[in-house]
Amino acid sequence: MPGLSAYLVVAALVFAIGLFGVLTRRNAVGILLGIELMLNAVNINLVAFARLHGDPIGLLFAVFTIAITVAEVAVGLAIVIVIFRVRRTIDADRLDLLRG
Amino acid sequence: MTLATVGFWACAVVLLASSLAVVLTPNLFHSVLFLAVALVATGVVFLFLEAPFLFGVQLLLYAGGVVVLVVFAIMLTERIVGQRIAQSSHGLVNGAIVAAAVFVGIAGFLLQAGPAPAARPYPGDVTVALAQTLLGPYAVPFELLGVLLVAALLGALYFARED
Repeated sequence: MPGLSAYLVVAALVFAIGLFGVLTRRNAVGILLGIELMLNAVNINLVAFARLHGDPIGLLFAVFTIAITVAEVAVGLAIVIVIFRVRRTIDADRLDLLRG
Repeated sequence: MTLATVGFWACAVVLLASSLAVVLTPNLFHSVLFLAVALVATGVVFLFLEAPFLFGVQLLLYAGGVVVLVVFAIMLTERIVGQRIAQSSHGLVNGAIVAAAVFVGIAGFLLQAGPAPAARPYPGDVTVALAQTLLGPYAVPFELLGVLLVAALLGALYFARED
């Protein structure tokens, strides 16, 4: 098994890639996919630290974040579908109704 | 280099390449398929970390549930054939700078922290220990998690209903 830092570096890279996706994508579904990647990177960190300390509590928190992510995706996609019905677009640049 | 190390790095390369593909391919549908590859690769990383239960959860919930949900959302909001599915990215340079800065910050922190201590083995079967904590000291948060899932799915149903 490679050392802890290998897992942390891979997770940090995935997090940075996800952040890049969130910042550059203009499609609302594309932004959600970037958020998925970032949450996934956090899970790798949780499991890696659980393995380091030999403590299953870290795995428990990974299970919690996975379930919360699924709830977040369901609500986020429902909002995207409603926005598409009302505005006929999910381009984030054109969804500026709340801008003052 | 042991076989496990080679396997881990191969898996990490697959994970990073498919993650890059998720944020860079112009076709949104391909993006979701690459996300499925990335999520499965993450599950294999969990296997290297001796967490087979999380590998199963990852396959069922992420690669199964989330990917299917996103595919449905794309089919409801975009035409699969035609130009609408193509998505544009803006501010590639700015995004790359910010993402690289975040990575350098994390990597700097890792370098500063120095080498990690030797990993301690799990006491006994990790899946059994996880089950005992889920239904023992963490039973109430676990039930609340179920309530959250039901509330979120009902809320999603309410949002997306036809009037």
